[in-house]
Amino acid sequence: MVKKDIMEEIAKANKSVIKGVDKKDIEHWATIYIMGKAYRVPADLTIMQAMEYAGYKFIRSCGCRAGFCGACSTIYRLKGDYKLQTAMACQTRVEDGMYLVQLPFSPAEKPIYDIDTVEYEENSFLKYFPEIARCVSCNTCTKACPQDLEVMDFIQAALRGDFKKVAELSFDCIQCGLCAIRCPAEIVQYNVAQFGRIMYGKYGFKENEFLEKRVTEIKEGKFDKEFKRLLSLSGNKIVDVYKKQQATKSKYLKKGGKK
Amino acid sequence: MSEYKLIGGYPEDMRKSIEKLEKTRDRRVGRLPKGMTLEEREEVLNLCHPDYTPGGKRKIPIGVNKGDTAPTEVVELLEANPAIDTKDIDLSNIDYETDILIIGGGLTGTAAALLANDNGVPVEKILLVNKLRHGDSNSIMAQGGTQAADSPVDSPPIHYLDAIGGGHFTNKPDVLKALVEEAPIALKWIVDLGVLFDRTEDGDFVRLPGGGTSRKRMHACKDYTGLEELRVIRDEFRNRKIPVLEFCPVVELLTDSVTDKVTGAVLWEMETGDYKIVRAKATILATGGFGRLHIRGFPTTNHYGATADGIVLAYRAGAKLKDTDTVQYHPTGAAYPQQIIGLLLTEKLRSMGAQPINKEGEAFVYPLEPRDVEASRIIKECYINDMGVTTPTGMKGIWLDTPLIDIINGPATIEKSFPGMVRMFKRFGIDMIKDPVLIFPTLHYQNGGVETDPEGRTNIKGLFVAGEASGGVHGKNRLMGNSTLDCIVFGRISGKTAASYIKGYKKKDKISFRHLEKYGKLFKDAGIKAKGRAPILLPEYRGKAVLERMIDVF
Repeated sequence: MVKKDIMEEIAKANKSVIKGVDKKDIEHWATIYIMGKAYRVPADLTIMQAMEYAGYKFIRSCGCRAGFCGACSTIYRLKGDYKLQTAMACQTRVEDGMYLVQLPFSPAEKPIYDIDTVEYEENSFLKYFPEIARCVSCNTCTKACPQDLEVMDFIQAALRGDFKKVAELSFDCIQCGLCAIRCPAEIVQYNVAQFGRIMYGKYGFKENEFLEKRVTEIKEGKFDKEFKRLLSLSGNKIVDVYKKQQATKSKYLKKGGKK
Repeated sequence: MSEYKLIGGYPEDMRKSIEKLEKTRDRRVGRLPKGMTLEEREEVLNLCHPDYTPGGKRKIPIGVNKGDTAPTEVVELLEANPAIDTKDIDLSNIDYETDILIIGGGLTGTAAALLANDNGVPVEKILLVNKLRHGDSNSIMAQGGTQAADSPVDSPPIHYLDAIGGGHFTNKPDVLKALVEEAPIALKWIVDLGVLFDRTEDGDFVRLPGGGTSRKRMHACKDYTGLEELRVIRDEFRNRKIPVLEFCPVVELLTDSVTDKVTGAVLWEMETGDYKIVRAKATILATGGFGRLHIRGFPTTNHYGATADGIVLAYRAGAKLKDTDTVQYHPTGAAYPQQIIGLLLTEKLRSMGAQPINKEGEAFVYPLEPRDVEASRIIKECYINDMGVTTPTGMKGIWLDTPLIDIINGPATIEKSFPGMVRMFKRFGIDMIKDPVLIFPTLHYQNGGVETDPEGRTNIKGLFVAGEASGGVHGKNRLMGNSTLDCIVFGRISGKTAASYIKGYKKKDKISFRHLEKYGKLFKDAGIKAKGRAPILLPEYRGKAVLERMIDVF
């Protein structure tokens, strides 16, 4: 019966995470103001968890809950502080005296382009995003970025037509929209970056010879015979073949191992 | 605010354990515990894996899979009433007439739309519907990579063997063959669309090993692989102006009034409460998995919307499920701090040298066993050997010695390869470049799902399923990097299959709730009363105190 206890113990340890926090387990509290209204919430929660604790059930402004999707953009001020701050609600712990509101949607124009015919040249950015010329280098976008990206720098790189730089600087962009909503020049930075990365990915590298070769081999049926053999094996025979293959793995997996 | 003193994000007793780990670090570099034999793997699975230990499951009482076992949380949904009351719904008023309805806008659904279009279906005859935003999915959260056997020392058959062994030889062979054989083709497709995979100095792909792989075939985009893949194919989708509806989950499928064929769906506008009727010649279900059911009380890595909607809808329509009894627990979910419990720490960390270490600073497991084995061994170390580290919230966990990555691969590797992880821990005061992070297995993936053939077809005409919602390709355990691959390969395949299925299809199908009448009768015959409603669409995290006192006036 030892085994069953393990699962029960695990479930017990995780209860607050999966069922919501129980008031009686809380030692430390914070007061936050959701759209101006005060709520007393556990101090150890993220903004998202705290709003749920307060009684909100999300439809918008909640997505992956792990910092990858950009759904939970949040704007807040701390009491007594002039600064308007930005955060992802799922990745930010509540602070006492936080006044917050979420951004459920960010209206933005995305230009349409055909990636097979678009020109990979320096002024392509300006062709599809002429408004980037309005950038006044105020750096508000960078300050707004909850991923701490150098947003203004990649807009400047876009102005110069530097696809590689745009791709590198913007790679961790989760398209939350906070930069675009703060930009006085009304640039949609995350769409500029998306265009830059796609162009760089598509045109910035030569064809991968290994991949091209493998695709040709598959289409020519090079592996058909081997597949036929593997699919005909049953029971212990396939297990033996598997074991044999696993036994070769150290040769291939060590650092700098066979390519 | 927390009253206990934190040193670099950790309380004092955890810090003491870190000191022990630091002492053994030098001698652990390049020295790993031996991998387990198949017999040893079996033993630890039986002892500690949530799927193998008693409890947590029961038999499905009605329907096509009657008698099969599944997690209790899943069976409860299969036994529930429909989310809609059919008498409230007027089927004579069709809101959307389309050729191909795609349910779900992750990698799978988005790829399916593109391939349907490539194969002759005009964009205005495709409709993609999402529960939340287009792209809200488990796909976008995938970190580690995408497998494809493109290196000269590798091949699709070698990939096949790795995956079938990892799946304990329960994978559907013909479907798995399609996955591994299409993998390089799918990889080329997304590279040509502009996905930026990690590259070496000379422009070749960086290829990494993963748990259970015998070659290096993982293609990663730092630790944002799914995000990069998804935003690229979604941008192409938007460039083609394919119609899409957001915040419109499917709450019930529609079927022909005479046959079992799926002929459309009922959508529910989440924000207005309105419903919409879609009639479609073919329906592709790409709704993802079930992490937010918190099976066996585990936290999860999954998206907010991962609530098993797809299997519930398909099952009521008569679709056959496969491997419903297995759940994938990822060995390395975050166990500390409280704010991020359950979130994914990619397997790529171990691919690049991070080692699981117990509270005394000792390594106890080969870091890259298949996921179920690795997870079981970690549970054993915590709960049977009592060598886990206890956190202030009472969780137990194991260290993942991340600083090793820089020691092995050179300075700044962690920062460059795992910006997402570094950022997440930094937000909560922990520096994973200098300090280890605490991990515990977390609910990660729905191994099974609706049974499909290699073309994405199901036993129900007009219904195609792909991605995590499908079952068979991974058998009872999926390997790292085969999930994003599954989404892209079978998203593409299902789009193509659906396009050829509707070719020359002139007849307008009837739409009805005939399947619900049939399903309702099964309850009656079995003498069971349906409980609750499903699909649930979203999990419930509001505090108990609020829910108990809520006045439901709106």
